[in-house]
Amino acid sequence: MLDILMIEDEPNIAEAVQFILTREGWRVALHGDGLGGIEAIRGAKPRLVILDVMLPHRSGTEILAELRGDHDASLAATPVLMLTARGQATLALPQADAVLAKPFANDDLRAMVRRMLN
Amino acid sequence: MPFEALVAGCLAYVALMFGVAFAADRAAARGHLRWLDHPAVYTLSLSVYCSAWTFYGAVGYASRSGLEFATIYLGPTIVFAGAWWGLRRLVRVARMHHVTSIADLISARFGKSNRLAAIVTLIAVIAATPYVALQLQSVSLSFEVFATDSLTDIPMTGGGGTALWVAGGLALFTILFGTRNLAADERHHGVVTAIALEAVVKLLAFLAVGIFVVWGLADGPSDMLDRIARAAARHQGWILRPDRWTALLIVSGAAIVALPRMFQVLVVEAADEDRLAVAGWAFPAYLFAMSLFVLPIAVMGQQLLPPDANPDLYVLTLPARSGQNWLAFLVFLGGFSAATSMVVVCTIALATMISNHWIVPLWLMLRRKPQPEDPEDLRGFVLNARRLAILAVMAVGWVYYRATGGTTALAAMGLVAFTGMAQVLPAMIGGLLWRGANRQGAYAGVGCGFAIWMAMIFLPSVGVGASPPVPAGVDPLAFAIVLSLAANTLAFIALSIFGMPDPVERLQGLSFVSAVDPVRHSRVARGADGAEPLLVMARRVWGAEDALRFFRAEAAIQGKSGYLPDLTSRFLTRLERRLAGSVGAATAHAMIDSVAGGVELTVSDLMQVADEAQRAKEETQRLEHATTELARTARQLREANDKLTALSVQKDSFLGQISHELRTPMTSVRAFSEILRTPDLSPADRDRFAGIIFDESGRLTRLLDDLLDLSVLESGQAQLSITPANLHDLIERALSAASATRPERMFRVEREPLAEHLGILTDADRLLQVLINVISNARKYCDAEPPALSIHVRQTLRGGAQIDIVDNGSGIEIARQALIFEKFARLNDPARAGGAGLGLAICKEIMANLGGEITYLPGQGGAAFRIVLPRRPPVPVDAGQRLRA
Repeated sequence: MLDILMIEDEPNIAEAVQFILTREGWRVALHGDGLGGIEAIRGAKPRLVILDVMLPHRSGTEILAELRGDHDASLAATPVLMLTARGQATLALPQADAVLAKPFANDDLRAMVRRMLN
Repeated sequence: MPFEALVAGCLAYVALMFGVAFAADRAAARGHLRWLDHPAVYTLSLSVYCSAWTFYGAVGYASRSGLEFATIYLGPTIVFAGAWWGLRRLVRVARMHHVTSIADLISARFGKSNRLAAIVTLIAVIAATPYVALQLQSVSLSFEVFATDSLTDIPMTGGGGTALWVAGGLALFTILFGTRNLAADERHHGVVTAIALEAVVKLLAFLAVGIFVVWGLADGPSDMLDRIARAAARHQGWILRPDRWTALLIVSGAAIVALPRMFQVLVVEAADEDRLAVAGWAFPAYLFAMSLFVLPIAVMGQQLLPPDANPDLYVLTLPARSGQNWLAFLVFLGGFSAATSMVVVCTIALATMISNHWIVPLWLMLRRKPQPEDPEDLRGFVLNARRLAILAVMAVGWVYYRATGGTTALAAMGLVAFTGMAQVLPAMIGGLLWRGANRQGAYAGVGCGFAIWMAMIFLPSVGVGASPPVPAGVDPLAFAIVLSLAANTLAFIALSIFGMPDPVERLQGLSFVSAVDPVRHSRVARGADGAEPLLVMARRVWGAEDALRFFRAEAAIQGKSGYLPDLTSRFLTRLERRLAGSVGAATAHAMIDSVAGGVELTVSDLMQVADEAQRAKEETQRLEHATTELARTARQLREANDKLTALSVQKDSFLGQISHELRTPMTSVRAFSEILRTPDLSPADRDRFAGIIFDESGRLTRLLDDLLDLSVLESGQAQLSITPANLHDLIERALSAASATRPERMFRVEREPLAEHLGILTDADRLLQVLINVISNARKYCDAEPPALSIHVRQTLRGGAQIDIVDNGSGIEIARQALIFEKFARLNDPARAGGAGLGLAICKEIMANLGGEITYLPGQGGAAFRIVLPRRPPVPVDAGQRLRA
């Protein structure tokens, strides 16, 4: 079973996050576009979703809202970690379980993911 | 004294009068009223009462009838003794109602009836015109005294055209200084000041003759008194007759108020009623001084001059025959002053009445338009009517003098005028004192008195018709005076008591009698059916909402529902006051009357309406101007605010975008540099991650370069190096540089090398930057297979260049076309190719700096850009003048 699905359009950031979390022993999958994001979550049913806010075609907040409204209650309750490059001012994202501002310390990312998965 | 010297001196004196009047008018126009408004000037101007009749005729009168002449001075003295009680009230009421003449006063008191005013004007004209003739005659006579040596052969008509010259000169003077303006208070400072000066001259002249007679011809006062006593014993006619004395005291007392010229100086020219405190004692003193030497001169004239010498000229002939040429000249000037001042003031007063109560009402009636549209129209017409009336009065006076050949006794004509104007007095006094006096009473009284006066006094005096029978033993003049005044008063009282009371004049009467604030009007109280037209009118002034609110509130006060209150006096008063706030008092009055009343408008009403309309027009224009100005300022502020708001939003979003664009590569750099510290990394991973860090830091540097470039270009401080350049070379270099972008794609490029050889003046590096950007974009985004690019150059009409760069891809969707030149336009673009989206924004700024532009050409198949360049770039523009949205 998949541990983490990451939806991020910047390939370098996606690669870095995947590298860091894979080394911790989690299985990480990537999706590179807002388009098809929610389908990817439904298909993979990950234990945790890492979601970039600014995505082409569909924004991270739109995908999050759709996820929370899903008729599958267990899917709708999937923990979501949001990544944002918009600075500290836009950290308030009420539907997300956690928010991490770019750029981040790798230790912070690891600690946050660990906490959310346990 | 030579006749020529007399004429020269006389002309010099006339010039002096013109000068004084002109200076006084100028000072008044500048607001320097200190001297002009002095009570002394006012008092002296009252001496216009002492006309040539008093100056020359009093001596003649005394010579014929002894002390009876004194009644002419005693009547006014008695009236002025009570000035503080009686005249003050008259002046106050008249000033309050802006009364312009005695006819106007009577009409104002009795319901603003113009017909009544027209009748009073008729009496004044009939009574006063012969009086004007009399003055012309006296001037002519006094000239003759100098022109001939004989004492007895003085022709009554005077010689040559003296009277005509005098009449013409006086008409000129009166028109010049009597119709300069049409001020609401009708004051004539120039005329009044000249008259005051003439008053001094005639008093000094008369006193000088008196002193000469008493101390020069007689042996001082005691000798003089002896001579008078001897003369009195000799004369049959010198008996005091109580009936005549009573009647003469009454008419002279009436004359001091009712004569047109006296009403003019006493009431119309008075700034306020307070100056009567001084005039109350000073004017009787003036009269006393004028009368002091009348009897001595008369007695000495009788004793020293031949029996057939004209007693009316004793004042002049006594010094002249005694060789006192300078004294005689002074006397001549005194008499001249007395005559001219009387004629000028009388003519002004008559002209005011004639124009206001005859000509203008007739004109308005003929026009059939109740209100003049143009205030200037009416103003000019009234002034011209007045000038015409002045000429007419003067002409009739002169014609009368020439036609009748003059009268033998100056005093008789004066008394005729006195008794005529006295007929207005009962209505005037009654109007001031008695609230019950009404218009019917005034008509009846004035009409009755006028008829008797015509039949018994005026017509016999001009030799028309026989004198009516008089009871034996009664003096005919006294009888006629008492009869006319008694009938007048009785008719006035009777019809006032029994006549129908008119509410309009009843309230006007209350205002006159109580002399408090004028109650402007009263209208017949009617039911609510009359309220509707008033509502319609009020809506035009205030707008529907306000008018309905006011009317509904008024109806509620009366305990009625709906919005049509009863037309009570209280409601009309409140409505008029509200309307007056919007359109001015007189207009409001006229508007309500026109709807609710049907009350006649008088000329003074119309003048006020005209004045207010003019003022309102100016005020409206001023307000409109201010409103336009305000609206423009508000619009400018709003625009500036909108711009600032837009700029602020833009700046916020720009900063957010910069933040995002900087944080994204920074995130990769930071994450991989931490990963690189991991000890057990494979060399391949290490190389790869180091490569990513290198690429991302390069991306950061490019972004910062672009931002800096953009800010320099936007601020207008970009350093341009303008050199001649060949477009062909630049396009070659751009194609070659851009081929580094996606070098794997092979583009077919269509060009026209001949057309490209175009020399222009520009910054070649900057233009190259634009060309590379556009061609690189084509290489990045053109999705056609095989890709092709067409570059088309042509010269513009003004010698510049136009470069179209078109690819064969699917182009830019319409919704995005407007945005592509904005900063970070590609931010949400799925096809973004690594750039931050500043390229085209920079191109746009470069082209603006070069004096050209870059635009997107829609509908060309693929993405199409047009670059337009001027032949030479414009002079660099100061950064502060560049306006950026």
